[in-house]
Amino acid sequence: MAQLTYRNAVSLSIAQCMRKDDKVLFLGEDIGDAGGVFKATVGLLKEFGPTRVKDTPISEQAILGAAMGASMVGLKPIAEIMFSDFLAVCWDIVANEIAKTRYMSNGQITLPLVIRTANGAGSKFGAQHSQSLENWSMAVPGLKVVAPSNPSDVIGLMTAAVADPDPVIFYEHKSLYPMKEEIENTDLFINLGEANIMLQGNDACIISLGLMAQRSKEAALILKEKYNIAVSVVDLRTLVPLDLQTIIREVKKSGLVFTVEENPRLCGWGAEVSSIIVEKLFHNLKGPIIRITTPHIPLPSADILEDNTIPTVQRIVDTILDTIKKG
Amino acid sequence: MEKLNDDVGESIRLELWKQLLTLRLVEKKAYDLFLQNLIKGTSHLALGQEAIGGAFGVVLEKKDYTFCTYRGHAHTLSRGASIEGVLGELMGRECGLMSGKGGSMHLTDVKNGVMGSYAIVGAHLPIANGTAWASQYNNTGAVTTCFFGDGTTNIGAFHEALNLAKIWKLPIVFVCENNLYMEYTPIGDVTAVEHPAADRASSYGMEKIIVDGNDADEMYRVAKRTVEKARKGEGPSLIEAKTYRHSGHSRADPAKYRPKEEAEDWINNKDPIKIYRQRMLDFGINETIITSMENDMKEKIEQATEVCKKSSIPSLDLIHKDVWANGGSEWHN
Repeated sequence: MAQLTYRNAVSLSIAQCMRKDDKVLFLGEDIGDAGGVFKATVGLLKEFGPTRVKDTPISEQAILGAAMGASMVGLKPIAEIMFSDFLAVCWDIVANEIAKTRYMSNGQITLPLVIRTANGAGSKFGAQHSQSLENWSMAVPGLKVVAPSNPSDVIGLMTAAVADPDPVIFYEHKSLYPMKEEIENTDLFINLGEANIMLQGNDACIISLGLMAQRSKEAALILKEKYNIAVSVVDLRTLVPLDLQTIIREVKKSGLVFTVEENPRLCGWGAEVSSIIVEKLFHNLKGPIIRITTPHIPLPSADILEDNTIPTVQRIVDTILDTIKKG
Repeated sequence: MEKLNDDVGESIRLELWKQLLTLRLVEKKAYDLFLQNLIKGTSHLALGQEAIGGAFGVVLEKKDYTFCTYRGHAHTLSRGASIEGVLGELMGRECGLMSGKGGSMHLTDVKNGVMGSYAIVGAHLPIANGTAWASQYNNTGAVTTCFFGDGTTNIGAFHEALNLAKIWKLPIVFVCENNLYMEYTPIGDVTAVEHPAADRASSYGMEKIIVDGNDADEMYRVAKRTVEKARKGEGPSLIEAKTYRHSGHSRADPAKYRPKEEAEDWINNKDPIKIYRQRMLDFGINETIITSMENDMKEKIEQATEVCKKSSIPSLDLIHKDVWANGGSEWHN
């Protein structure tokens, strides 16, 4: 039995993939000698050497271009973009090149690559190092989108992402890096597109992702303990592919749905999920779907400002209580 | 006759001539087909720039990789892509290289090493580094070539890619085709240095190479030298080939921004095909060989055009095909 942090799970899962397959390479800024700015890649350079673990200049287009080109001819690169916010400077390679090339080439080209990146708020880094950007990639056909909420999911989903023949963007939550979990066996594989039901309940259903899945679970435990309200919590784990069958099954139990999203309000993933639920389950719903999101603003920096911006456990509890009281 | 035994030699000259003919005559056919409205959308012809891609086509081996821009018909053909594959793609037919899913600006023919044509200026330089990196890692000896225009030298991806190629000592040759105009604007008006690619080479520890891109022999020599260097593991090169496009930037552009005398001089006096025809005669190659190759090529292109016209239009199934490696486009269960 080993106690692993989320950050250890990242390096361990990459190492496991690299041991199994010498086609797996890893590149990014400060990932080798430095072990990553979040210390999530410590030990990889030492174990695999500089031909497989490549420190790069601050050149995000060059990083993702190299990963893409290498994957076109059979390698399986894992590329790190240090903060997800930096995806904006290489978005052409992501959205125009990586996402479209298989389709445009009529299937001549396959792109088995993983882009892993530190996403989300909680560190008070301000508006250019704290965004929650999984929606950007969800909106682009041709990208798979993963966002693990705990250490064992990091391992299982990373293993699946590296094995997947399509490009995967892997959003690690920077506030979850210190999270610890006892993991018996690290030989894990979680199919992309399989949501996790964190808690069962028939009074309401929360659909969530990443850090928000952990906060939703905490909120649901409070609701159960203090108010005897049983909430089911679905951690989507991947946005593309989306586990629609689990969503449908869980929503039907209560007919009362909340999405908890870290992204700013407009066009967050919850908007798409809500729209699908309304289309497919309109008659099962007992009320409007409530979206609990960050307001539609860039993120502020100071403790009190950031803490009051992204959804908190208290806000989730209060929103669900208010809705049920009004019900 | 001893002139035939210069460093290029007769058999290579005939290969170069075949390349020039293919690239010129297919491109002219593409232009005719636009006029007949059999090709829709946009297109960017490489008329006048054939010696550059053509020379690399002669030098490269089957295992090597080529990356093209949206002006990529010629470079795709230079690697041995079929004429009906190229024209069929332009015409949106099933027989096209990608059965109509990519179009003129995205020609791809992996089995011939053409790893795609990219329509975002500069994007393919970093990607080309990737195949070069894979060749280096797998020790295959394959070389990657990446073609682009002068306008590309002012976009960030150009600089990121050259730096990475140098620090990783990648087996890659970057080829800037300086046709003097960045779309509609003279490149000199918008560039801090006189030679947009070559003057930047020293920033990345590379040799300054400027070559007459309309002289197929000169292009052959520089292609051979730089490809051999890459193949030996001695790292990347950056070539600036001076050239001129005979037509506008794209189908929509009559190129009125260029002085008439300048265009006439390039088209009449510096045309790579005219230059090379005379070169072959000067080296004693029989004119009947030259002309019969020309006639054979015209005939081959006519036949390919007929194949394309008879080819079916793409099946609607293709719309949802190949977003993912499983062949489909599903995003949920």
